[in-house]
Amino acid sequence: MKKVYSRPKSLRNVSMHYCPGCGHSIIHRLIAELLDEMNLQDQAICVPPAGCAVLAYNYIDIDMVEAPHGRATAVATGVKRVRPDNLVFSYQGDGDLAAIGTAEALHAANRGEHITVIFVNNAVYGMTGGQMAPTSLIGQKTTTSPHGRTVANEGPPIRVCELMAQLGGPSYLERVSVSSPAGVRKTKAAIKKAFEYQIKKSGFSLVEILSPCPTNWKMDAMASCAWIDEVMAKEFPLGVIKEVQC
Amino acid sequence: MTTKTKQLMYGTHAAGEAAIQAGCTCYFGYPITPQNELPEYMSRRLPEVGGIFIQAESELASINMVLGASVAGARAMTSSSSPGISLKQEGISFMAGMELPAVIVNIMRGGPGLGNIAPAQSDYFQATRGGGHGDYRTPVLAPASVQELADLTFLAFDLADQYRNPVLILGDGMLGQLMEPVVIPVRKKNEALPEKDYILTGAKDRPARLVKSLILDVKEMEDHNWKLHRKYQRIEQNETRWESYRMEDAEMAVIAYGTAARIARGAINRLRKEDENVRIGLIRPITLWPFPAKALRDAVKKTGDFFVFELSAGQMVEDVRLALEGRGKIHFYGRPGGVVPTPAELARSMARHYYQSKRSRKK
Ligand SMILES: Cc1ncc(C[n+]2csc(CCOP(=O)(O)OP(=O)(O)O)c2C)c(N)n1
Repeated sequence: MKKVYSRPKSLRNVSMHYCPGCGHSIIHRLIAELLDEMNLQDQAICVPPAGCAVLAYNYIDIDMVEAPHGRATAVATGVKRVRPDNLVFSYQGDGDLAAIGTAEALHAANRGEHITVIFVNNAVYGMTGGQMAPTSLIGQKTTTSPHGRTVANEGPPIRVCELMAQLGGPSYLERVSVSSPAGVRKTKAAIKKAFEYQIKKSGFSLVEILSPCPTNWKMDAMASCAWIDEVMAKEFPLGVIKEVQC
Repeated sequence: MTTKTKQLMYGTHAAGEAAIQAGCTCYFGYPITPQNELPEYMSRRLPEVGGIFIQAESELASINMVLGASVAGARAMTSSSSPGISLKQEGISFMAGMELPAVIVNIMRGGPGLGNIAPAQSDYFQATRGGGHGDYRTPVLAPASVQELADLTFLAFDLADQYRNPVLILGDGMLGQLMEPVVIPVRKKNEALPEKDYILTGAKDRPARLVKSLILDVKEMEDHNWKLHRKYQRIEQNETRWESYRMEDAEMAVIAYGTAARIARGAINRLRKEDENVRIGLIRPITLWPFPAKALRDAVKKTGDFFVFELSAGQMVEDVRLALEGRGKIHFYGRPGGVVPTPAELARSMARHYYQSKRSRKK
C-alpha cells in the first residue's frame, strides 16, 4: 500500500503543548510540509514570537532565534540582511505584530525586506490568558473587555493586510484561514507563494491566518471554526490583498 | 580612508571608523543628539566596505536588528544618547541572556526625561547595573579622549566576541563632538577569539540551532544565571582597567572618568603648578563595570582622602564607597544637568577640600 500521509521530516517527533483545536499546530505542520517539499529545511531561519508559539522551536526542526515581544520583524531584518541567501521568516501573533510590534512590522514591510511573516490572527492574546487583542471583534468578550469590545473605548479591530497594502514596500499580502480543510489547503498554498516571493528576492510577504483559539473563545473546536467563517471572516475578508508580480 | 596615520577627527567619527576597522559590518540606529554624526558617518562609510546601514524606525527596532545581525554571525553595533539607550534596554537584556555579542555606544546627555543635549554622566547606574531587567552585567568602557574612544571601540568588539556579551561604551556629548588627532587602530585578526559555533546559518549538515532566553524550568534558569555570573566574575578578573595619574606622592586621589577625568587632570596640573607642595593625583576608571575597586583599595593604604568628581548628582561615588568599605574619607563634587565646569572651577573646589583636609591632618 502507498503511504499518503506521514510526519514531515522538518517536524520533530514530539507532542505539542497547544490546546485541542488550536490553529498553531496546523500552521506549524503546514510550514514543516513546505520546508520539506521546497527543500528549505537546511536554509531556513525562523524568528518565533513571544506568544503561544514561542515554543515553535520545540516542533519545527530548523534554526531559530527568539525575539522580544513584537520585535520579530526587526530581528528578522538583521538576520536577513546578513544572510540574504537564507529563508528568513517570523511567526507572530496579533498582539505581537499588531499591538506592541506594529512599528517594526510596518517599517519592515515598507522597506520591502525580503522576509516572510506568518501572522496568526486568533483575535485574542492566547498566551497571557485571553485578553483583548488589536484584532478582537466589536462586541467580543475577553478577559480585559468583559462587556465586549466597543468602538468608543477600544476602537475598531485593525486589519493588518489592508493597512500594509497602503505601503509601497510589501509585495505579497494574503489572508487565509485554517477553519476548514479547504482553508488549510489554501493556507499552505499562500505560505508557499510567500516563500517563493522571498526566494526570488521579490520583497516583503505576509500571510495572515485566521486561526481558532477554542480555549480563550470558550467554544469547542467545531464552533470555533464556524465562528471564523461566519463572524471573523466578515471583519477580515479572505483573499489576496496585495500582489506585486514577481 | 588611510589608517595608521594621525588625523583630526570628531569623537563620533573616530568611533565609527574604529568600528569598521574592527570588522563591524552592521550599524542600526535612530537619530538623537548629540550622537547623530556617528550614524551619519556609518551611513557613508559602511556601504563603501560592503556593510549594512539601516536608519531604523526606533531604538527598539535598531537594537533588535543588532540582535538579528549578531545571531547571524556579523559584528554589529548601535549607538544612541540617554533616552534612546533607555529604549534599548530590553534588547540588551535579551542579548545578555542569549549570550550574543554587540557593541552599544551611549553618548550621554543631561536628564532625566528629555533633559537636554549637553554632556552629562547621568547614566552610570543604568550602564553599570545591567540597565535592563534580570540578573546580568555588561562591560562598560569609558574613554576620555578621541584616541581612547577609537581604541576602546576597537577593543569592545573583541570583548563582545570573547565573552559573548553586549559591551557598552559610555561617552558624553563633549567626547562625541570633540575634534582631536587620532590614529585609528588597524584590524589584525584576533586568533584568540572563540569560534562562533552558535550562529544561525541554516541547519545544513548539522542539527538545528536555537538561540533563546526563555528558560521555563526554574532550576535550568538558575543554572543559566550562575553560568552567566561565573562569566561576569571572569570579566571582573581579566578586564578591569584604570589609569593612575600623578598618584606617586598623592595625599588626595581624585576619582573621575571620561570627560570629568580630563577636567580633573587640568585642575590637578593647575593646582600643582600654583603650589609645589600640592600632592593631588587622579585614579581614572577606564572600565566602569568591572569597577577598579582594587586600585582604590590599594590607594587607600597611602592616601585616605578621595575626591570624587562626576557630571552627575553622584552615581559612581557609590562604587567608590563600596570599594573602600568604610575606609578613607570621601568627598563628592558633582555637576548634573549638562553643566561642564572648567578646570579652574573644579580646581577651586578641589583646593578648598584639599587644604581643609591638610589642616585637619596636621592637627
Ligand atoms: C514586553 C512584553 N510585554 C508583554 C509580554 C507578555 N506577553 C507574552 S505573549 C503576549 C501576547 C500574546 O498574544 P498574541 O501575540 O496574539 O499571540 P498568541 O499567544 O495569541 O498566539 C504578551 C502580552 C511580553 N512577553 N513582553
